[in-house]
Amino acid sequence: MSTTTMNPPRRPYSPKQAIERARRGDLGAWPVVGGLVAIAIVFGSLNEHFLSPENLTNLALQMAATGTISLGIIMVLLLGEIDLSAGSVSGLCAVVMTILNVRQGWNPVLAIAVAVAAGAVVGLVQGLLFTRIGMPSFVVTLAGLIGWQGLLLYLLGERGTVNLPFDGFVAKLSDTWLPPWSAWTLALALTGVYGGSLLLSRRLRRAADLPVGPAYWAAVRAGGLALVLAAAVLVLQADRGVPLLLVIFGTLVVVLDLVLRHTAFGRWMYAVGGNAEAARRAGINVTRIRLLAFVLSAALAAFGGILAASRLAAVNQSSGGSDILLMAIAAAVIGGTSLFGGRGRTYAALLGILVIQSITNGMLLLNVDSSVRYMVTASVLALAVAIDSLARRGSAR
Amino acid sequence: MIRATDISKRYGAVQALDGVGLDLPPGEVVALVGDNGAGKSTLVKAISGVISPDSGQITMDDRPVRIGNPHDAQALGISTVYQDLALCENLDVVANLFLGSERRRWSVLGHIRMERATRDLLTQLDVRIHDIRVPVAMLSGGQRQSVAIARALIGEPRLVILDEPTAALGVEQTAQVLDLIRRLRDRGLAVLLISHNLADVRAVSDRVTVLRLGRNAGEFRTADASQESIVAAITGAAA
Repeated sequence: MSTTTMNPPRRPYSPKQAIERARRGDLGAWPVVGGLVAIAIVFGSLNEHFLSPENLTNLALQMAATGTISLGIIMVLLLGEIDLSAGSVSGLCAVVMTILNVRQGWNPVLAIAVAVAAGAVVGLVQGLLFTRIGMPSFVVTLAGLIGWQGLLLYLLGERGTVNLPFDGFVAKLSDTWLPPWSAWTLALALTGVYGGSLLLSRRLRRAADLPVGPAYWAAVRAGGLALVLAAAVLVLQADRGVPLLLVIFGTLVVVLDLVLRHTAFGRWMYAVGGNAEAARRAGINVTRIRLLAFVLSAALAAFGGILAASRLAAVNQSSGGSDILLMAIAAAVIGGTSLFGGRGRTYAALLGILVIQSITNGMLLLNVDSSVRYMVTASVLALAVAIDSLARRGSAR
Repeated sequence: MIRATDISKRYGAVQALDGVGLDLPPGEVVALVGDNGAGKSTLVKAISGVISPDSGQITMDDRPVRIGNPHDAQALGISTVYQDLALCENLDVVANLFLGSERRRWSVLGHIRMERATRDLLTQLDVRIHDIRVPVAMLSGGQRQSVAIARALIGEPRLVILDEPTAALGVEQTAQVLDLIRRLRDRGLAVLLISHNLADVRAVSDRVTVLRLGRNAGEFRTADASQESIVAAITGAAA
C-alpha cells in the first residue's frame, strides 16, 4: 500500500526526535516522573520514615481529596479558563452533605448525591455568568471563592464545627481498605483490560490496513502498568492495605480520561480549548461545552470536599479553605495541563498531586517551617508554569 | 453548475456589489480577482451564506436555491476554506478533518474509521504528511493549508471556495497547494479561488472573473488572456 510507505508506523521516539521535542518544550510526563524520583531520593535519604509503607499509605489518603478537586480544575483549564471557586465549593458542599446527613438524619448516599448536585448547580450558575453575560471566568469564580465561603460560614452558624460519626458511612469511606485478594484481582484485571485493549486496537488497525507500532512496545506498556500496580499494591499491602479512597480517585481519573479521549464531548472540549472560533465554525455548540466544563469542575470539587470531610470526620469553618485551591491548580499544571487551554490529560491530576503532596508530606516529616514549605511549593508551581509557557511559545512559532 | 446572477449588496452608503454575476461549472477553477474593495469578499460571503444579498439569485443546476446562513451553504455542498484556516492547532490531522462531524456511535469516537478515511483522502489528494497523529501546530504552513482544504472535502461538496490560500506560503509550499487545487478540479469539483497573486491565478485557473468597484469588469479564459489585459481590467485602465 502506498499509504503505509507514506505514513510509516509510529515508533517510540528515537533519541534525536526526543531531543527535538524536548527543545520545543514538549516533554510529556517525563519531567514529572523525574521530579518524583528526585523527591523520593532527597526525602528518602533525609528521613528514613518517608518511604515507609505507612507514610506512603498516608500520602495516598492525603492525595485523593485535593486530587479530585484538581480533576475538576483540569476540565476548565482544558478550555483555557480557570475556576478559583473550587476550594470554596468543595467546603460548601461538604458542609451541605454533613448537615443533611448529621443534623437532618438523611441517608448518607442521598446526602452525598444532593451535595454533588448542589455543586453542579453552583457550576451551572458560574458557567451561565461566564457564557451568557461574558464575565471573565477569573472574575466569576473569584466572586464565587468569597461568596460560597460566606454561604458555608452562614450554614455552619454559631457552632462552627459539625462532626461526622466515626462509624458512619461517610467517615468509613476513608477508613476502608481492600482485602489483599481483591486488591490483587483489581490490579490483574486492570492490566488485563489495558493489555487486551492494546491488542484489540492493534488487530482492528491492522484489519483497517492502518500502520501499527511494534508488538514489543504494547508489551512494554502493559508490562510497565503491571509493574507500577504491583509495586503500589505490595507497598500498600505492607501497611493497612489499598485504601478505598485511592480506588475512588483512580477510577475518576481513568473514567474521565476515557471520556475525554474517546467521546465526541471530549474531542470538543479540546477543540474549544484549542481554537474556540474554529470549533464554533465547525458547528460545535461552544456555549454548551463551556457550561458542561464548569458544571463538571464544580461537581468534582464538591465530591473532593466530601472526601476531605470524610478523612477529617468533620467539617468546620476552614473546610475547603487555606491552600487547597492553590494545591489543586498547582497539581493540574505540574502534571502537565496547559494554562492556555487545549492540552493536558486527567493523569496530570494524579501525577501533579503526587508531586505536591509528597513535597508537603516530606517537609512536614522533616519539621520544615511552614514559611519554607510555602516558598518551596510556590517554586515548584512557578517552574511548572514556566515549562508550560515555554512549550506554548515553542509550538506557537 | 452553480450560478450567481445579478447579486447586489449595499452597506449603508457603500454599494459593495451592483448586479454581479458569476458562473461556477464543475471541474473548473474560477479565479476571482480585483483590487481591495472591489467586492470579492462580499460576493464570496453571499455564496457561502455569511451575508444575505439585497437582491439577486443563486441557482444550482438552474434551480434557484436559498442560502440564508453558512449551514444552508454546507448542506447544498458549498464548502469554504477561510484565510485563517480555522484549524485547532492542538488537535491532530484526523481530529481536525472530522471536527464537528466526527464518525461516532453512541458518542464514542470511531478512531479507526476516521483515520482510515483521512489516510485515503490525503493519499488521493497526494498530500504528504509524515505523521498524521501529531498536533497540527507542528506542521508547515503548506501542510496546514492542505489539511484545511482536505477538511473542506469531508462533506462531499460540489463547490470549494478558497480564500487567499497561498498568501502566507513560501514558493515550494505554494506549488504544493496549487497542485492540490488542480486535483480538486480533477475530482470534478467547482473551485472558486480568491487571490491577489496573479502568477498563482494564471498558473492554476481555467477562467478569471474580474470585479471592479462592485461590478463585473471582465471575464477571461486564462489560457488566452495576457497578464496586461487582466491587470488593465482590475485597475480600470482599459476603460
